[in-house]
Amino acid sequence: MQVFGVKLPAMSSLLLWGLLWEIVGQMGLTFFVPPLSQVFATLFEIIGTPPFLKALWETGYAFFMGVFFAIVIGIPVGILMGKSRFLDELLLPWVNIFVSAPLTALVPVLMVLFGFGLTSIIITTTLFAIWIIILNARAGVRQINRSLVDMARSFGASPLDAFTKIYFWAALPEILGGVRIGVIRAVKGVIIGQLLISIVGFGALFELYASNFLMGHFWAVLIILFALAFSISEFLGYLERKVAYYAAKR
Amino acid sequence: MHRSLLLKLLSAALVFGAWEIAGRIPISYAFPTFLESMTALARMTFDGTLLQAYAETLKPLVLGVAISALIGIGFGLWIGLSARSEWFFSPIFIVMQAAPLAALIPLLVMAYGIGLTSKVFVVCIMAMPVIVLNTASAVRNTPASLKEMGQSFLANNHQILLKIVIPAASPVIFSGLRLGVSAGFIGAILAELKITPTGVGDIISYSRSIADYPSMYAAIFSIILLAVVFLNLLEKLEDFLFEGNNRGYVSD
Amino acid sequence: MAMSQIDTPFADASMAAPESAVSVRGVSKNYGAVEALKNMSLEFPKGQLTSLLGPSGCGKTTLLKIIAGLIPADSGTIEVGGKAITGPGDDRAFVFQDFALLPWANVLRNVAFGLELRGVAKSEREAIAETYIANVGLAGFEKAFPHELSGGMRQRVGLARALSVDSQVLLLDEPFSAVDEQTRRKFQEDLLSLVENENKTFIFVTHSIEEAVYVSDQIAILLPRPSRVSEIIRPSSFRNKGVENIRRDPEYLDIVDEIWASLRNYVE
Repeated sequence: MQVFGVKLPAMSSLLLWGLLWEIVGQMGLTFFVPPLSQVFATLFEIIGTPPFLKALWETGYAFFMGVFFAIVIGIPVGILMGKSRFLDELLLPWVNIFVSAPLTALVPVLMVLFGFGLTSIIITTTLFAIWIIILNARAGVRQINRSLVDMARSFGASPLDAFTKIYFWAALPEILGGVRIGVIRAVKGVIIGQLLISIVGFGALFELYASNFLMGHFWAVLIILFALAFSISEFLGYLERKVAYYAAKR
Repeated sequence: MHRSLLLKLLSAALVFGAWEIAGRIPISYAFPTFLESMTALARMTFDGTLLQAYAETLKPLVLGVAISALIGIGFGLWIGLSARSEWFFSPIFIVMQAAPLAALIPLLVMAYGIGLTSKVFVVCIMAMPVIVLNTASAVRNTPASLKEMGQSFLANNHQILLKIVIPAASPVIFSGLRLGVSAGFIGAILAELKITPTGVGDIISYSRSIADYPSMYAAIFSIILLAVVFLNLLEKLEDFLFEGNNRGYVSD
Repeated sequence: MAMSQIDTPFADASMAAPESAVSVRGVSKNYGAVEALKNMSLEFPKGQLTSLLGPSGCGKTTLLKIIAGLIPADSGTIEVGGKAITGPGDDRAFVFQDFALLPWANVLRNVAFGLELRGVAKSEREAIAETYIANVGLAGFEKAFPHELSGGMRQRVGLARALSVDSQVLLLDEPFSAVDEQTRRKFQEDLLSLVENENKTFIFVTHSIEEAVYVSDQIAILLPRPSRVSEIIRPSSFRNKGVENIRRDPEYLDIVDEIWASLRNYVE
């Protein structure tokens, strides 16, 4: 939007929303919304405390492990599916089911199989992220321009060369797109896992704050969490745009 | 056609077979075989347990999705059509889309208790952002030449909106709704597992607590099946309604 | 629409300077620092086809959209039928390069869409649309959807839509550029008979020299940086010799060569 000919930055309205929050909080309309300034004060208070760092560490660890497995398994599986019709027909129905299935329902199974700990949360995170990564890697490989592959072969590229110099790069925009969506889903997965297995990470912290009615603390942690999630998704979006310039021109 | 059906059957047989074998070894005391789970599923289907449970589970889901669709499409249209409201509202929904909104559940429970209201809210916060953002971007991406065509044939703004922008946007709006329903399912189950066990969430929690694992797996199997079948039907409906709508813009 | 001034065709034809249907007077248009059009003036004779021809970036599509009223000019005036325009009007109809068909509507509704927007009753507008669908050779395809048609057939739909509102001026923005060569030749022949039979004024943007010379009564050569009309060519001898003889006519070949000679320096 433009105001007096000056283009306002895209996310600048969040400042206005923050102001609105502050006003609602100051008016004391509801116990659930403390003033934003107070939330920020709490935020700086708790950000260095051991319980918070512990929760952040546990969550971050589960998140990165989950994403790691999702990427390391998902991309090769997707590429293989894109290249082999047999594998594709065998696996695609299941990938399509799980990409949109309510995976929350599987968390209780994980809890009884793998216990109430990190393992379950890591698997939940991977389950949330992996399917879309597979689907996008598959789509990326499938749309590779036929003449690009023929070009590589006509110049005598070995299969390995063709893979590392052609397939990977030609499919990269789609693969990165899948990773971005997968990571956003992983953030949701790790939190959902922690909420249901509520004795670790932020899940435990939320329980603690909620049972003691510490609204300021609650919102402070939420803001940090949302900001982290948003930054991760924006960063991956930025990476994706960096390769998007050739996505349209293959 | 024949081959793909055969492969689908083979693929199902492989997975369910692996489940059966893993259950027979057994890899864990809490891992029933496929046949045990299906027997439990059949039993719960025929004695009416599942029907009763779904009547309960679908309440917040249907309500939440309906509310999200109504408000979400309305907001999406507004955001897509007005630069001012886009600047003001779209950051909220962009953040909501990226953020793990499930973290709001403890707060919702404090504010609205453990009843239906909280559960509907959970479904709404999960389903609404994707509906809003899809609608807005669909409206914004109406092909410019179609709008110009409308103008050159003297359509007024009202006509351009009703006869060009909304029909052109409706496939993307609809697929946003489908994604919203998918997220709504996640929310509904999360609400039943986290807030209070009712419906299918109750079967899952209860059978886990008495170690009746076949019933637990059967309930989980049924909810995933239901979601997948329903979403597939929506997709079929989408193909039927908007057949050819995404083609035909471009020249050959 | 208005069919007032068709009384003395033979007297008009013998006159040296025919009456203008569209006048462009001193039109300028800037996009930021880029000068798309600079003080451009041009007359479009009534009942004839004028081509706007030039290399890419010469502003020919911009000029056409300004005449259509889709883009406002920064300065200058456009007169259609003696009246200055302020926006799109029912005296002009536009044919789009990418066809701009509604993918969710069948051929009949697409062709009738211009009339639908004007509030013409359904039975009436569909009767008119059916006539023009038959005119452009699409009879039998009324119920087909755009994605079921070839590119050439889609553009026939776009043409029928523009004809069915019965405007005095038809604006065609590279209408055949997305159509294969053979279909395009057929289109060009059909366009010539349209110009002859419909008594409308055609303004035709193209980047094909042969196409411009083949179909035009008057060719305006536009040059870029800054955009201007460099030359106006009026082929005189081959128009009445029949469509199959035009491409062998010495004047046709000379004009094509001459235009290429003046444009070649502007092609990078």
